[in-house]
Amino acid sequence: MTDTNKHIILKTKDLSIGYTSKKSKTVLASSINIELKKGTLVGLIGANGIGKSTLLRTLTNVQNPLSGEVYINNTNLLKYAAIDLAKVLSLVLTEPVASKNMSVLELVALGRQPYTNWIGSLSKRDLEIINKALNQTNITELKHKKCFELSDGQLQKVMITRALAQDTDLIILDEPTTHLDMYHKAYILKLLQRLAIETNKTILFSSHEIDLAIQLCDQLVVMTKTGVVSDAPCNLIKKGTFETLFPKDLIAFDEKTGSFRVKK
Amino acid sequence: MPFIILIVLLIVCFFVNISLGSVSIPLKAIVNSLIGNATDQETWQLIIQNYRLPKALTAIIVGSGLGISGLLMQTLFRNPLAGPFVLGISSGASLGVALVILGSNIFGGVLAALMISKWGIVLAASLGSFLVLIAVLLVSLKVQDTMAILIIGLMFASITAAIVSVLSFFGSAEQLQQYIFWGFGSLGNLTWDDLIILLSIYSIGLILGIASIKSLNTFLLGENYAKSLGLNLKQSRFLIIIATSLLAGTITAFTGPIAFIGLAIPHLTRQVFNTSNHKILLPAVFLFGAIVMLICDIIAQLPHSDYTLPINAITSLVGAPVVIWLLVRKRKMIF
Repeated sequence: MTDTNKHIILKTKDLSIGYTSKKSKTVLASSINIELKKGTLVGLIGANGIGKSTLLRTLTNVQNPLSGEVYINNTNLLKYAAIDLAKVLSLVLTEPVASKNMSVLELVALGRQPYTNWIGSLSKRDLEIINKALNQTNITELKHKKCFELSDGQLQKVMITRALAQDTDLIILDEPTTHLDMYHKAYILKLLQRLAIETNKTILFSSHEIDLAIQLCDQLVVMTKTGVVSDAPCNLIKKGTFETLFPKDLIAFDEKTGSFRVKK
Repeated sequence: MPFIILIVLLIVCFFVNISLGSVSIPLKAIVNSLIGNATDQETWQLIIQNYRLPKALTAIIVGSGLGISGLLMQTLFRNPLAGPFVLGISSGASLGVALVILGSNIFGGVLAALMISKWGIVLAASLGSFLVLIAVLLVSLKVQDTMAILIIGLMFASITAAIVSVLSFFGSAEQLQQYIFWGFGSLGNLTWDDLIILLSIYSIGLILGIASIKSLNTFLLGENYAKSLGLNLKQSRFLIIIATSLLAGTITAFTGPIAFIGLAIPHLTRQVFNTSNHKILLPAVFLFGAIVMLICDIIAQLPHSDYTLPINAITSLVGAPVVIWLLVRKRKMIF
């Protein structure tokens, strides 16, 4: 029991997510029980409006669960102080960075903020970690470029590098492949796969690239109207989970190719 | 290296500022006076020690303080147009001062005498700027669009201007004149005692600004990223706002509203140093602000004439073209 628990980075227990307003409670999904293991790449997929963003917001303590608990490294998420959470969980968000006048190096260095002193001086160790992160994502040659000079794909790599420099067990990315072309979508997800193996970090990302996620992820968390299922991609194909993802009038899942086809 | 040039430039401007004025005093006498030796004429000594020296020191405090408060605002709101003036902080200070100068007859007696004293004006201006800044911040929590926040800041400025006009309508001619002269801006009205008060509050603001360097850098990523890096958003925001209102509020209180320094200096500094790192920007803005303010004051004195122009007009004449030039050259305000 303890032996398997050691390898679980993120765990939810009967988690129920949604919104509360003064009068009503909107439940988007309930009885979510997922476990993410160390060093794995996990994709979160589901149709628009099913609650992917809400689940990510709940897992990252931006909003509170309606009921149930989230555990990171066996500690309840709500028990973390902000600065301690920043040392176990890093984020890559969809929103653009506020200042594009920063150089790549300056931006990546901000990932060390939870560890630096009151004025943010970088130690030798901080610089080592920053350089290692730049190497891991192959953007060392970009490091003196300004962010406004970069393409969308390069900028996404920089944001991933910043998360790496934060040196956390868990990295959560919200739709890291939006705005990218087909090649760069595959490139970014392939990069995440390699990083999960090389750095032994757990990487969770939400995405609409279902066919790529099936090919690259160790595990998928699938949100459908009937509930949240989590398993290895091939098991999910066997169970027929993907057929339940979307309404059946326009597209159908093809088990052989692992992708969706438009109905003729 | 650029820092050394700036420091040398600051010292040069400081001496030029002191040596020029309506009375021409030889450089030798100035140096003698500053190092404490007797000068040939006692009046020279009096002019330098009681008028020109405090004025030059005030210029340094005003330029650096307004520049830094502009930098803090631009980063906090992540908007290149933010500054003590645009966000209505100066209007808040004006309203506070208008209330004590023009409204003093409403309160009457000892209270009025107390309020119209320098401390009363300083307190009112600081309080006014603080309240407007809090109001802008509360709005900014509800409205995410920074453009909307700036427009709301301008609306606050209009509201305060309207209240000031109502007060002026009921004020006496003498009070009105006092308020209008305050509005021209002046660096030369401070005694050594005033300067000490200004310097102490300015220092607190400056220290809070320096203490915010790390959070300012984190804010460059946006608030959600800042939070994910473990930053206490509420506390950092609060510290930055206190620092800004202490700096902009007290400076405006003592010298009147001085335009454009807070907006233009941070942009000039970003262009010259080509960085967004506040560890470099903050000291650089300090030096740039002080230098530009000393130069503006030199122009305002109209050397070798008996006239002194309102300093507020000079900073606008210098600052506005700088902003236009930056926009035309770079086509956008980098931030």
